[in-house]
Amino acid sequence: MLDDRRALEIVLPKEPGVGFKHLHFEDLLNDRGCVSWLEIHAENYMSDGGRKIAQLNRLRQDFPISCHGVGLSIGGENPLSKDHLNRLEALVSWLEPASFSEHLAWSSHGGSYFNDLLPVPYTKAALQRVCEHIDEVQNILGRTMLLENPSTYLVFEESEMTEIEFISDISRRTGCGLLLDVNNVFVSSTNHSVNPYWYIDEFPLHSVGEIHLGGHAEDSDDEGALLLIDNHGSEVAEPVWDLYEHVLRGAGALPTLIEWDSDVPEWKILEAEADRAFRLMNIVQDEYVGLP
Amino acid sequence: MSVCHSEFIDALLDPQKPVPNGLASRNGGTAKRFAVYRNKFAVSLTEALEAQFPVIRKLVGDEFFKAMAGVYLRRHPPESPILSKFGNRMPEFLSDFEPVEHLPYLPDVARLETLIRESFYSKDSSSISNETLRSLRPADFLESRIIIAPSARTIQSRFPIFGIWRANARGEGNPTNRPEEALVARRQFDPELYLLPDGGCEFMRLLASGHRVSEAADLAAARRPDFKLDQILALVLSSGAATELEPIKHNSGERTLKCG
Amino acid sequence: MNDQIKSIAVASAVAAALAVGSSAALASGANEKCYGVSLAGENDCEAGPGTTCASTSTVDYQGNAWSLVPAGTCESMELPGGRMGSLTALDRDLPS
Repeated sequence: MLDDRRALEIVLPKEPGVGFKHLHFEDLLNDRGCVSWLEIHAENYMSDGGRKIAQLNRLRQDFPISCHGVGLSIGGENPLSKDHLNRLEALVSWLEPASFSEHLAWSSHGGSYFNDLLPVPYTKAALQRVCEHIDEVQNILGRTMLLENPSTYLVFEESEMTEIEFISDISRRTGCGLLLDVNNVFVSSTNHSVNPYWYIDEFPLHSVGEIHLGGHAEDSDDEGALLLIDNHGSEVAEPVWDLYEHVLRGAGALPTLIEWDSDVPEWKILEAEADRAFRLMNIVQDEYVGLP
Repeated sequence: MSVCHSEFIDALLDPQKPVPNGLASRNGGTAKRFAVYRNKFAVSLTEALEAQFPVIRKLVGDEFFKAMAGVYLRRHPPESPILSKFGNRMPEFLSDFEPVEHLPYLPDVARLETLIRESFYSKDSSSISNETLRSLRPADFLESRIIIAPSARTIQSRFPIFGIWRANARGEGNPTNRPEEALVARRQFDPELYLLPDGGCEFMRLLASGHRVSEAADLAAARRPDFKLDQILALVLSSGAATELEPIKHNSGERTLKCG
Repeated sequence: MNDQIKSIAVASAVAAALAVGSSAALASGANEKCYGVSLAGENDCEAGPGTTCASTSTVDYQGNAWSLVPAGTCESMELPGGRMGSLTALDRDLPS
């Protein structure tokens, strides 16, 4: 089994997808444009019934679905919640999503959930814990998951390795694939004065099964320096598009999600973002074909 | 030094506390960077409560609600990642939150808003078909059990719970100071709120615990002489609160009823 | 309650229920907001409101420092604590 995981199979279409928002339900059925798959946040569909489940049930007939968890707390000190794992397993069994992904972060502690993707130190102890948690998730779901790189604002003095070393090790040890959030790379790199192109060049692109693109906001830190915050509340920023193009040149076309979670715009605007990603994918793909 | 998660959470919840030692930044300062996490926690959960309790929010005003949400989310942080359940402790919270103790009806309003949300997320079911309704003779109907839909909820209050809700959520009518009972039910996906005639809650409880329509009506009428079976039954049947009719064979001896 | 009264009640209730049509809208309706169910439980994975200064330091969420008074529609309803029952509301009605 483990050997099969070494080459990550890309299961989502190598085309644009969007995060599903209820206000776009009818647009998606009538006027989907270039959008060929959808992502949902697992925790929003863990109910017994109601309209949200019914809408999802309708959409899954037309679109491959990526199920993106936000509440497993994979980076947590505590064991993963059995209740939550069971809910997730039930959802995944019913939905049969093309892909399941989660975050390199923690959000629960001591029985409480903080609705926040909190940072993980890059230590050997944390690496061990995260790997055990991912093994547990993959065993229960009976499938390989993708792990997403975080947007971070602080670093830990105790860290013993770089984020890329940490993530690469996890992928090697657990066989999980990676979800490369290009906006998160740009946000974190800016916040920590790292060259984002260096980050992409070091990143194990061969393990990437999905890309995220989203908007960020600008603020300033205690010293008045630029501090970027991943808020999914606007168009993808120009430098993030440039960085995305760089990723495509290194990895070829990949399933690419536009995330827009706050101040959600009307469908045409979101679709235009997806279209821009699609055009970049096509340009890069054409260049690949044109190579001798 | 390492940062343990309890320490991180203590600082996340309380902005007066210093940023945990062991966190750093390229420039040295950590306060504004840590505030990114504090904000996400406080703002997103405040917004969730605002969405979940539109009537409470209208009753106490935006500014008061926002501040109160800040207290609630620190006293009762979510117990699971299912955020639709996050506000479920609002009724008990309001019962002993001193700044609103002069508004004794707030806990019941919060309870109602919680029931509406529960209804929205509960299991789907279909109403009794028109065919069944047409074909059943009243005598047989009376000897049947009504299965109550998983999305139906009732609430009894010593305050005009329906009137308060309607005036604030819909801008219709003015509440009159009297006890009221209400039914939350879904015909399909949208919960709707109905004023129940007096004794309606008790009648629906009797139906839900397995009493035949006839027995439930007798018991309810014995407690309330003004019990109106036709009105209550019409509401139960038309609101989506009834999902099935289960005719009972005579002499089945399936149940006994103790009249208390 | 005698059987005849109950039978008449059933017949009238069934007739009323049959007169109600049903609708099945899969699309989200405008009603969801006023019922408190729209976005009531939506998890997102962004890092927040895109600012470092919203609502954490200024709000006196510590109960002992509380200074606010409810100032919504509770003041105008003729209920316990409403206009008729609240001294603070009466004070505020005085012309300044």
